[in-house]
Amino acid sequence: MTSLAARWVALATTPLVWLSATLLIYLAAQWAYERSRLAWLNPVLTSIAVVAALLLLTRTPYSAYFEATRFIHFLLGPATVALAVPLYERIARLRHMLGPVTVGLALGGITAILSAVAIGRALGASRPTLLSLAPKSVTTAIAMGVSEKIGGIPSLTAVLVILTGIIGAISADALFRLLRIHDDSIRGFAIGLASHGIGTARAFQMSAETGAFSGLGMGLNGVFTALVLPLLVDLVGGLW
Amino acid sequence: MLWGLAILLVFQLLGELIVASLALPIPGPVVGMMLLFVALLVRGGPPASLTNAAKGLLNHLSLFFAPAGVGVVAYLTLIRKEWLPITVALVGSTLITLTVTALGMQALARGHRERQPHD
Repeated sequence: MTSLAARWVALATTPLVWLSATLLIYLAAQWAYERSRLAWLNPVLTSIAVVAALLLLTRTPYSAYFEATRFIHFLLGPATVALAVPLYERIARLRHMLGPVTVGLALGGITAILSAVAIGRALGASRPTLLSLAPKSVTTAIAMGVSEKIGGIPSLTAVLVILTGIIGAISADALFRLLRIHDDSIRGFAIGLASHGIGTARAFQMSAETGAFSGLGMGLNGVFTALVLPLLVDLVGGLW
Repeated sequence: MLWGLAILLVFQLLGELIVASLALPIPGPVVGMMLLFVALLVRGGPPASLTNAAKGLLNHLSLFFAPAGVGVVAYLTLIRKEWLPITVALVGSTLITLTVTALGMQALARGHRERQPHD
């Protein structure tokens, strides 16, 4: 018995325990989401919540967990590069909507940043929180990178991004009905721009056209925000 | 698949190199993505191995956020203290962004149609 406990203690210090725990929890979260199709059961959110609860329960310091799962984290980089492939596949659809897409991107991309910062600031959020909020509309891989660049807290940004995606996915359909927006390409582009991949998954349930334009909005706003937000922080960030 | 993964890593490396040498305020993988996008435009499409590697990674994109996202445990006090501005900012900003983007695009698409009635 003591030797089993001793072996466990030895194993627990290797990456194997937290790597397999993270994978199993993610697979279970994915399964629960696919079974239920409930927007708030988003697998990213549930995986993070369950792993975080486990860390608190076992009193494992986050630094030890991150060290163990560094390999999973590393894959975010090549996955971000891989976003170029679906974006390329939508290039033909982009051509006949070039005007509205350009205006929607500039208008929406700036609005997503400034409205979040303005509301947060008006209600007394601290500067690190505001900087972590600013890139909340773009896909997590890009948002975390930008957050780090501008002095936000990348892991706080990751959670805020996921919550934003869920809010967009839940509310977009009702909001567009209220605003009488019926064009699938416009609905899709706005969803992807405001609520990235989680919104895009929801947009694909509306129609193929909505989903494709949502993917386009997500990709373009990811690049737009990565380019514009650091400049914006340099220009007016002193006021935040 | 492995060849595709190698392409992705090399483009990420190129992106990181450019960001580091020009001191750009953009994440390296984002520059890698833009370079790959341009390369796909020039080449006229991705090779099958790249499509496979990209789809394989993007299918499980959610997983890769876990290690960093779990870092939120270190900020529970901050969230407890600032939950109100955070919640209102997220909900308010998302609804405002959806509205502004969609109405802006619709106004332009409509104006476009009225100017070109025979289009």
